[in-house]
Amino acid sequence: MTVEAATAAQAGLLSCEACQMLSRPAAPGQQAYCRRCGEKLEFRHHASIQKTWALVIAAAICYIPANLLPVLKTTTLGDSEGDTILSGVAFLYATGSWPLALIVLVASVMIPLGKLVALAYLLLTVQRGSITSNHERTRLYRLVEIIGRWSMLDVFVATFTVAMVQLQPLMSVAPGAGVLFFAAVVVLTMLAAEVFDQRLIWDSAYPHPNLHG
Amino acid sequence: MSDRSLSTSVACPDCDLLQRIPPIPPGEKACCPRCGSVLARQPAGPPDLPLALAITAALVFIVANTTPLMDLAVLGRTASTTVIGGALEMFREGEQITAILVAFCAVIAPGGYIAFMLTLLLGARLDPVPIWVAAMLRWIHHFEMWSMLEVMMLGILVALIKISQLATVHAGLGMYAVGALILLFPAIVVTFDSRALWARVEWDHDDAAVAAGGAMTADAQG
Repeated sequence: MTVEAATAAQAGLLSCEACQMLSRPAAPGQQAYCRRCGEKLEFRHHASIQKTWALVIAAAICYIPANLLPVLKTTTLGDSEGDTILSGVAFLYATGSWPLALIVLVASVMIPLGKLVALAYLLLTVQRGSITSNHERTRLYRLVEIIGRWSMLDVFVATFTVAMVQLQPLMSVAPGAGVLFFAAVVVLTMLAAEVFDQRLIWDSAYPHPNLHG
Repeated sequence: MSDRSLSTSVACPDCDLLQRIPPIPPGEKACCPRCGSVLARQPAGPPDLPLALAITAALVFIVANTTPLMDLAVLGRTASTTVIGGALEMFREGEQITAILVAFCAVIAPGGYIAFMLTLLLGARLDPVPIWVAAMLRWIHHFEMWSMLEVMMLGILVALIKISQLATVHAGLGMYAVGALILLFPAIVVTFDSRALWARVEWDHDDAAVAAGGAMTADAQG
C-alpha cells in the first residue's frame, strides 16, 4: 500500500505522547506543553540518538561484569562459592530442569544481548538515513519494548533465593556484585528504548523541515 | 478546524502519520495504515467493569504483599518470605540499589498503578472530570511500564525449583495472590477506555484549534 500523507511534524503539529492530542508549536524559543494534560511537547525526542547511544554503550559495558561476576555467593558449613549467571544455568541444566535452564539463559543472556544489538542496529540505520524495511524496524523496536522487562528475571531469582536461604550456620546465600551490574543492564536498556524516538525510523523516507528546529 | 476534528485526529505514536480515528465497534481496534501500530481500542463490556476489577486488584494486592510467598523447611527449621521481605533481605545483604529496584518493580509500581487507576476511575465518575484525573492518566503509563509482577512470578518459580533441591518448599497464599494480580492487570488494561476519558477531560478550548484536513483514516481491524 502506498501512503502519501502528512506526518504531524510535516503539518507543523505536535502530538502529545501521553494523551495523543495535537497542538500547534509554541512561539519560537519557547517550550510547548500539551493544553490538555500538561505533557512537554516535542516534534522528536531531544537528542534522541545521542542519548540512546550513551545508554546502549553504558549497558554494554555493564553487561560484561554482569556475566563475569558472581550473582550469588553460597556458603555451606563455612565453604563459600560464587555462582555467575551461566553457572546458575548450568546448575539448572545439570539438576534436570532443562526448560528452566533455557528460560533463564534466554531471559538473562540472550534478551539483554539481543536488545543491545537491536538498538544499535536501529540507531545505525536511522543515522545512515535508511529508507528500507521500515515495517520490520518498527516491529523490532516494539519487540525490544515488550520483551525488555523479562531480563529482570535473574534479579528476582537472586533476590528470592537470598531471601529464602538464610539457614545459618548450615547454609546461607548472599548476593554477589554481578547482581548490581545485571540490574543496571536491564534499567539502562529499558531507558534506552524509552529515549529512542521510533518515529525517526520513518523520517528519512518522508523528510520534513520541522525536525531540525 | 473544529473541536471535533481535534478529538478524532491523531498522529501515530510509532510513525507520526496523521489520521482520523473512525468510529470503532466495541471490542475492536484501529491500526495505523502505514506502520500497523494500534492507535485506539474500543473496549467491550460494561463501563464499570474496570472499576470493579481495580477494587478486586487492590484487595488482592494487599493479600499478595502481606502473606508469605513460600515456606521452606529443612532439618526442622522453617523460613518464609513476602515480596517486600525479599527486597529487605537484599538490602540487608548490602545490595541496596538492587533492593530498591526490586521493591519498585514488584511493589511500588504495581501498587501505584492500582492506586492511580482506582482514584482516576472514581474521579471519572464526576462531571466535569477534574483536572487531576488528567495528571494521573499521564503518569499511570510509567507505573505500568515498570510493574513486573509476571517477571517476578517466574523468578520466584525458578528460585523455588533451585531451592527445592536442598529443602522442602511450599507455595504460600501470597503466591496465588500474585498469580491473580497477573491476570487482573491486563484485564484492567483492556477494559479501561482511556480515549473516552481523555475526551472528557476539561481543558482550555480557547486555544487555536488544530486543522487536521487531509488526514488519513486509520484501518479498522477486528
